[in-house]
Amino acid sequence: MRCLTPVVFALAVATLPAAPKPAPDQATVAHVLNRIAFGPRPGDIERVQAMGLDRYIDQQLHPERLPDRDVEPRLAPLTTLRMSSRAIAETIEQPQIDARKAKKAGEEPTPADRKANSVVLELSEQKVLRAIYSERQLQEVLTDFWFNHFNVDARKGPVRFMLPEYERDVIRPRVLGKFRDLLEADAKSPAMLFYLDNWMSADPNGPHAPAPRPRVVRGPFGPMLVQPPPRVPPKNPNAPKGLNENYARELMELHTLGVDGGYTQKDVTEVARCFTGWTIDRPRAGGGFVFRPALHDAGQKIVLGHVIKAGGGESDGEQVLDILAKHPSTARFIATALARRFVGDVPPPALVDRAAKRFRDTDGDLREVMRTILASPEFLAADAVGAKMKTPFEFVVSALRATGADVQDATPIVRTLQQLGMPLYQCQPPTGYKETADAWVNTGALVDRMNFAVRLANQRLNGVAVAVDEPPDDLALRIGGPDFQKR
Amino acid sequence: MVSRRVFLRNGAFAMVSLGFAPGFLSRTALAAGARAKRLIAIFQRGAVDGLSVVVPHGDADYYRSRPSIAIARPNAVEDGAIDLDGFFGFNPRLRALKPFWDARELAIVHACGSPDSTRSHFDAQDYMETATPGVKSTGDGWLNRYLQAKRDQDATPFRAVAVASQLPRMLQGSAAALALHQVDQFGIRAGQASDKVSALFERAYGVSPNTQLNVTGREAFEAIKMLQAANPSQYQPEHGADYPRSPFGQSLKQIAQLAKADVGLEVAFADLGGWDTHVNQGAGQGQLASRLDDFGNAISALVVDLGDRMADTVVLTMSEFGRAVNENGNRGTDHGHGNAMMVIGGGVRGGRVYGRWPGLAVDRRYDGRDLAVTTDFRDVFAEVVVRHLGIPDARPVFPGYAVSAARFPGLFA
Repeated sequence: MRCLTPVVFALAVATLPAAPKPAPDQATVAHVLNRIAFGPRPGDIERVQAMGLDRYIDQQLHPERLPDRDVEPRLAPLTTLRMSSRAIAETIEQPQIDARKAKKAGEEPTPADRKANSVVLELSEQKVLRAIYSERQLQEVLTDFWFNHFNVDARKGPVRFMLPEYERDVIRPRVLGKFRDLLEADAKSPAMLFYLDNWMSADPNGPHAPAPRPRVVRGPFGPMLVQPPPRVPPKNPNAPKGLNENYARELMELHTLGVDGGYTQKDVTEVARCFTGWTIDRPRAGGGFVFRPALHDAGQKIVLGHVIKAGGGESDGEQVLDILAKHPSTARFIATALARRFVGDVPPPALVDRAAKRFRDTDGDLREVMRTILASPEFLAADAVGAKMKTPFEFVVSALRATGADVQDATPIVRTLQQLGMPLYQCQPPTGYKETADAWVNTGALVDRMNFAVRLANQRLNGVAVAVDEPPDDLALRIGGPDFQKR
Repeated sequence: MVSRRVFLRNGAFAMVSLGFAPGFLSRTALAAGARAKRLIAIFQRGAVDGLSVVVPHGDADYYRSRPSIAIARPNAVEDGAIDLDGFFGFNPRLRALKPFWDARELAIVHACGSPDSTRSHFDAQDYMETATPGVKSTGDGWLNRYLQAKRDQDATPFRAVAVASQLPRMLQGSAAALALHQVDQFGIRAGQASDKVSALFERAYGVSPNTQLNVTGREAFEAIKMLQAANPSQYQPEHGADYPRSPFGQSLKQIAQLAKADVGLEVAFADLGGWDTHVNQGAGQGQLASRLDDFGNAISALVVDLGDRMADTVVLTMSEFGRAVNENGNRGTDHGHGNAMMVIGGGVRGGRVYGRWPGLAVDRRYDGRDLAVTTDFRDVFAEVVVRHLGIPDARPVFPGYAVSAARFPGLFA
C-alpha cells in the first residue's frame, strides 16, 4: 500500500483546477475564427474571448455536442438534401428521362417537376448556408476539406444525383472520426465508384457474368444435363471490358500515400485488380454499393510488398485499404494536407512530423490529429496569422458572416462563386480545388472580388441583406480590400 | 522601369521591380514594333461532328453510313458540300470560310485526335486541355505551360486572355492569365462612385504589405486603365467585318478588340458548346448546320477584322473527339474518335487537308465504328507552339510525350 501514496498524491495534484488563463486578445481570436471557422460574425470575437480559446476549440472538436438551431430552418425548403440517391433518381431524374423520350417520340411530355441541375443547386445552397450559419463551424470547414480531398465532379453523368448522399452520409459524419472508416465509406460510395470509373473495372480475363448453369431435366432414360446455349456478349458499349486503373491510381496518389509516397505502376495495377467487382447496383437508378464476383479478379496480388491471397473476393479491397491507411506515407500526406489548410501554404515541417506521428499513434484518429494541429505553437504563431489566401468560397462566406448578412436566397451566391472561378461540386480533376494562394490570386479574380464587395455593401446582391452600420463605401473597401482576402 | 512578376515553383512569389505608366507605354510601342506572334484557340465543346464540318464527299462509305444525314456531294443539290480539293468539302454553312481556303490561309488536319479511348466528354476535354491524354491529375493546361516555358519579361496582364467567365483548364496554371467576360465592363463598377471607389481600392492594394496582393492589385488597376485607354465601348470592326450577334460572335469581337488595342495579347481563348448532336443532327440544314453558320461567320469576321494582323496570328479550332461514322437510330451521331481541326493564319501553308485519311470502311474504323486517328492532336499543338509562337523546346509543354518535328503535319514553312 505504501507505493500507492505517491500515485494518489500525483493524481490529486493533477486534478487541481489549473490557474485561469488570461482572456485571449482580439487578434488571436480573429485568427482562430479565420482558421477553424469561416471568419467571425459580429459578436463572435467577444463571445470566444469570454469563453476562452481552449473551450471554444474543444467545443468545435465535438460538433455532436453543439446544438445547431439557426441553420435547420434555412435548409428546410431544400428538400433534395434529405433524399436518398434512389429517391432522387426515381422522382427527379426518371421523369426527365421519360419527358425526353416522350418528346423524341413526338408525344406531349408531362412537364418534369424539377430541372436537371436542381439537385446540385440545392446542395450548393446548403453548403453556403451551413458555412454561414452553422455553429459547428469546424465541422463545415472539415467537410469542405474532406470533400475536396475526395473530390468528385457533379457534371460526370449520374454523379450529380449521388452527391447529397455522398456529402451527408459519407463525408460529414466522418470528418473527426477514423481515417480508415472515411476511406472505406468513400471507396464504397457510388459517387466515387462512378467518378473514377471503378464501377466498370473488371477482370479482363473473366466471364463478366456468371456462366449460366447447366440444368438437370428429365430425359427419356433418366435425368440428363442440358447445357445452356453459349452466352452472346451484350452490345452495350458501357459493358465492362477490362481493368480500369483510374481509381487505384488516385486512391494512392491523391487519397492516401501521395504522388511520392512509394508506390509503383505495378502496385497501381495490382490495386486495381483487388478492387475489381466493387461496383454499383444499377448506377443510373441510384443503387448502392454491391460486390459482383463475376467482375472480380480472384488471383493472388502483391500490393506494396504485401501478399493478398487468392480467393479473397471483396476482402481484397479491404485489405488494400488497411495497408494504405497504416502506411507511414499516408500519415504524412494527411498531416501535410491538414496543416496546409489550417496553418500555411508551406506547412512547418516540425508540425507535420508531430501531426503524422499522432496519426500513426492513434491509428488515424482525425480528431486527435486536429487537436495536435490546433494546440500547436505553430498554429498561433505570428507568421501564421493572415498567411493564407481565401479561396472564392471562403471569401464570399466570410464576407456574408462579417456583415451579419441575412440570406433569403442563396442562388445568387452560388452563381457568384461560379463567376469567381469556384463552381461548387464542379471541380473537374480528382485533385480537387487547390489550397494555395497562387491558384486564386490573379488580376481578374481581384477585380471580381472588389465588385462583389461593392454589390454586397450597397445591398445589391439579390436575396441578401447586410446588417452592418458602416457606410457602404467603407464596408466595400473593407470587404474588397487586401486584408480581407487573407485569413 | 518595368513591372515584373516572377512565379517560383513552390508557389512563392518574387518581385523584380515595380513600374508605372511610362513603362507600359514604351512596352506597347515595342510590342507593335516587334510583331509578336499571337494564338487564338477556339474549343468546340461537346464533340463536333468533324465529318460534317469537313465532308469526305469523295468517300463512298460516307454516304453508305449516313442515309439521312450525309451532306450531299458538291453541286448535287443546293445544300451540298462546298468542294475544297475534289475529295473533301466544307459544310455548306461554312461558306464564309471558303475565301481563306482559296487564299491558302486555312489548313485542315483531319482524322486528328487523341490516342486515349475515352468517349466521355468530361475526360476527353480534360485530356485535350491538359494535353496529357489518359492522365487526370495534371495540374495545369498546355497553354499555361507554354506561357511558363516562354517567360516574357514585358508581359502585360493581357498576355493570356480567355473571353469566358472562368479560366478554362487549358489556361490554368502558375502563369498569369485573365478571364474577361465583358471587355467594356472590366473595372470597378460602383455606379456614380466608380472612380472614387476604384481609387480607394487602388490605394489600399498599393500599400498592402502582402507582396502577392500588392503586385496583383497594381496589375489589376494597370490593366483597367490600359483597357479604358483603348476605349472599348467605341470599338468599330474594320474592313467590313460583321460579327454575328451570338455570344460566340461577341466573344471573338472582344478578342479582336484586345488584339488591336495593343495591350500585349499573345494567347486568347474562346469556346462554345452545343455540338453534341445525338438526335436530329440534320445535314445541309438543321441543328448542326445552324451552329456551323454562327461558327463560320464569327471566325470569318474575326479574320477579316484583324486584317494584316493575321500575318502574325493563328486561329486554331479543336474539339475533344469526333462522332461515329454511322448515324444512330435518332438521325444523329454518337461519340466517336478522330476529328477535324482548322488552322488559320497568314503564316499557315493553307489550302490543304493534312493528315493521312484512313478511310471509312468498317475495317478501317477505330473500334469498328469511328473515324480513326492518324495525327495525334499534340503534334498539331506542338507545331503551332514551336513554329508559330516560337519556343525552341516544346517538351515541357507536353509532359510524357516525345515531341518530334518529324511528326509535325507541316502547317508552317
